[in-house]
Amino acid sequence: MQGESLTVRNLEICATPLGGEEHSIVNNIGFTLAPGEVMALIGESGSGKTTIALAMLGYARRGCRIAGGSVRLGETEILELNAVQTRRLRGHRVAYIAQSAAAAFNPSRSLMDQVIEGALIHGVMDRHSAQQKAVQLFRELALPEPERIGMRYPHQVSGGQLQRIMAAMALITDPALVILDEPTTALDVTTQIDVLRAFKKVMRERGTTAIYVSHDLAVVAQMADQVLVLKGGQEQEQGRIAQILEQPAHEYTRSLLAAARPDAHLSPPETARGDELLRIDDLQVGYGQRDRNGHPDKVVLDHIQLRIDRGQALGVIGESGSGKSTLARTVAGLVAPSRGAVQFNRRELSPTLRGRTSEQFRRIQMVFQSADNALNPAHSVRRLLNRPLETYFSLDRNVRRCRVEELMDLVKLPHTLLDRKPGELSGGQKQRVNLARALAAEPDLILCDEVTSALDTVVGAAILELLVELRRELGVAYLFISHDISTVRSLCDDVMVLYQGECVESGRCEEVLTRPQHNYTRKLIGSVPELRQGWLETCQWSTQTEASAPLV
Amino acid sequence: MRNAIPVLVLGRLSSSLVTLFLVSLVIFAITSMLPGDTAQLILGQFATPDQVAALRTELGLDQPALLRYWHWLSGFMTGNLGMSASNGVSVTQLMSDRLPNSLLLAAITTAISVPLALIMGITAAMRRGGAVDRVLNLVTLSMVAVPEFLVATLAVLLFAVKLDWLPALSYVSTVESFGDFMKIYAMPVLTLCCVLIAQMARMTRAALIDQLDSAYVEMARLKGVPPMRRVLRHALPNAVGPIANAVALSLSYLLGGVIIVETIFNYPGIASLMVDAVSNRDLALVQACAMLFCSAYLVLVMMADLCAILSNPRLRNR
Repeated sequence: MQGESLTVRNLEICATPLGGEEHSIVNNIGFTLAPGEVMALIGESGSGKTTIALAMLGYARRGCRIAGGSVRLGETEILELNAVQTRRLRGHRVAYIAQSAAAAFNPSRSLMDQVIEGALIHGVMDRHSAQQKAVQLFRELALPEPERIGMRYPHQVSGGQLQRIMAAMALITDPALVILDEPTTALDVTTQIDVLRAFKKVMRERGTTAIYVSHDLAVVAQMADQVLVLKGGQEQEQGRIAQILEQPAHEYTRSLLAAARPDAHLSPPETARGDELLRIDDLQVGYGQRDRNGHPDKVVLDHIQLRIDRGQALGVIGESGSGKSTLARTVAGLVAPSRGAVQFNRRELSPTLRGRTSEQFRRIQMVFQSADNALNPAHSVRRLLNRPLETYFSLDRNVRRCRVEELMDLVKLPHTLLDRKPGELSGGQKQRVNLARALAAEPDLILCDEVTSALDTVVGAAILELLVELRRELGVAYLFISHDISTVRSLCDDVMVLYQGECVESGRCEEVLTRPQHNYTRKLIGSVPELRQGWLETCQWSTQTEASAPLV
Repeated sequence: MRNAIPVLVLGRLSSSLVTLFLVSLVIFAITSMLPGDTAQLILGQFATPDQVAALRTELGLDQPALLRYWHWLSGFMTGNLGMSASNGVSVTQLMSDRLPNSLLLAAITTAISVPLALIMGITAAMRRGGAVDRVLNLVTLSMVAVPEFLVATLAVLLFAVKLDWLPALSYVSTVESFGDFMKIYAMPVLTLCCVLIAQMARMTRAALIDQLDSAYVEMARLKGVPPMRRVLRHALPNAVGPIANAVALSLSYLLGGVIIVETIFNYPGIASLMVDAVSNRDLALVQACAMLFCSAYLVLVMMADLCAILSNPRLRNR
């Protein structure tokens, strides 16, 4: 056992926004961890969970300041150390695992260099034994080629591997406390399960005390002993994991639990099947130079076949790199297919934007994942919504104003937001504006590309609810792209599973998701963490399980 | 695949040739359009039309412009840069007299300004928002804002006129000892450094701050990496690309752009040669100088790109 106990008392952290007054963003936080225990900090973005976690390292980000309280690790009072002592603590007794491994590794230095850097700086061991220990950790974390993977650079390994290498980087000095900051949020579910397992194994073996920051209750259920629920920098509830899952005392905890699985209370509306709206036969899309047969250098999608009827919703699921987004981009005309064509309303669509009519543009609208990037930050909401109205319809000023207000009602936003800029809206409000802008064109088909992925669970669940309602009221059809099976289940009639650019399974949603035929579909469904303790141990899936084994 | 670098160099060299060709066309067109006539200028106001016509024939100026261009181009290809029209010396001779002076001035300035600028930029980035940063910011900003002729004139006023430490003019031919050398180069180099350091230091600061804000530097900090090592080992290698480009752009100024410094200190460099050539309508010389400046620029930019690639494993190993 190397973990040490951690006691946090009355922690308070202040932030000074640019040109603003200092105010406190984390208030009166306290908890106690016995050696080897894992505490989960859970809450939406902006709830202060990362800020609290970083305070365990005696660190506050630019513009923030630890204003008071105490963080005691073993016998050390962390907040009272001077700069040099703090530096000796970090990466030695307290280690940090960041959310995005891709960003947290220096792109210009080899992985081994970075993994052992902490051990060398703190003089824990010499270079040779540090390297041996790193290889040992790589092996324990089930990384491929443990002897040689350290010679690579960050861009040469996958995201899941990088995340595990970061765990090795954290554990190389045998720290007493490890801070894990959303370490699997950026990963596919199929990868997440391996990483979680590896984390859990090495931490349990070493008896490391840990803080696990996450917004995903199901993941927390696998990893944590205790949970601290946060909102706006304030503690909402604190307790053992079993108690939080089974008898949540606080209202906010209950809403988090409900949002974690939207399909429990949300289901696609009963709509009558209409005429064929979108049909794709044997589509192939690729990038790069085409050879003599018109075959592209890198095929992203192949043999894609689908049909969406008027008012229906088709969910497309698969992990990152499976070609989901490319499919939406092809339908939108942003990427030209190398074979096959898109039929819309029984008419063949031009492969590129150039050949499409204004009417076709109007009837197919796209909603992007990140409303931050999709909305012009310099335009007001009114102007953003007016744009499609001016482009597609010739309305007079008053009608247009009414229509803009109608759209706001439709996405359940107050009219007072009309004159704000996107920067002044919350994440969920921005996504609603993003959606309203697509609805302004009165489309027949909306292409939704991971529209809830960047949002907090509670906010994302509300957007999903809105999408279901819009389907019911407006009869609009969706091509709904997601990596999250539960969102597809709560919104879509049909589902299509993509794996490495090919459709491995498709059919009615409840059919495919309850009785999956293909091994990959089973794995994808089986890898979604369940909201109960002990799921990780009983789950049989891992990356090692052959996913592509054909099932004829 | 490790052949990215030869491929890049070859590609750059070939596109450089095209650029040089286009530049020569443009220069030729501009010099042809300039008012005035070379022969007239050489012979002066009182020449008879017959004399002018004779000289024009001798210089080949009566031929059509395209033909003249062709003659020049074919000569250039074979290494014959032609004769200077205004003083009958070969262009190669004129340039080889001046070029070493320019290169020497450029080399000294580079050797002083680049390290200084890097140190200033790095220090400012490390102490961002602090007193040191603000002072450096003020200094570099005022260096950018003050025109170099003012810096040069003030330097002459102070060091040559008031204090009488340094000679006002740089007669390179009088150098006999290291002390002379220092005295002669001190003011031109000082003036040039003022201009260059400011630009390079500001770019270095910006490029470095960009990296210091990144997640991996925060990660390094949370690993307990000391500040100096964070900057030099973690952030700087990733900022080499933009810094190298800023340095290359600044240094390219050292051949052609130093005309003011050359004029004020009467320094016999290549920039003043070109300016004289333009006022004399000395086509061959103008072309040759333009070609030289252009190639120097292209070489510098290519070197900067090479630095950027070599410092980035993602590009290096592609």
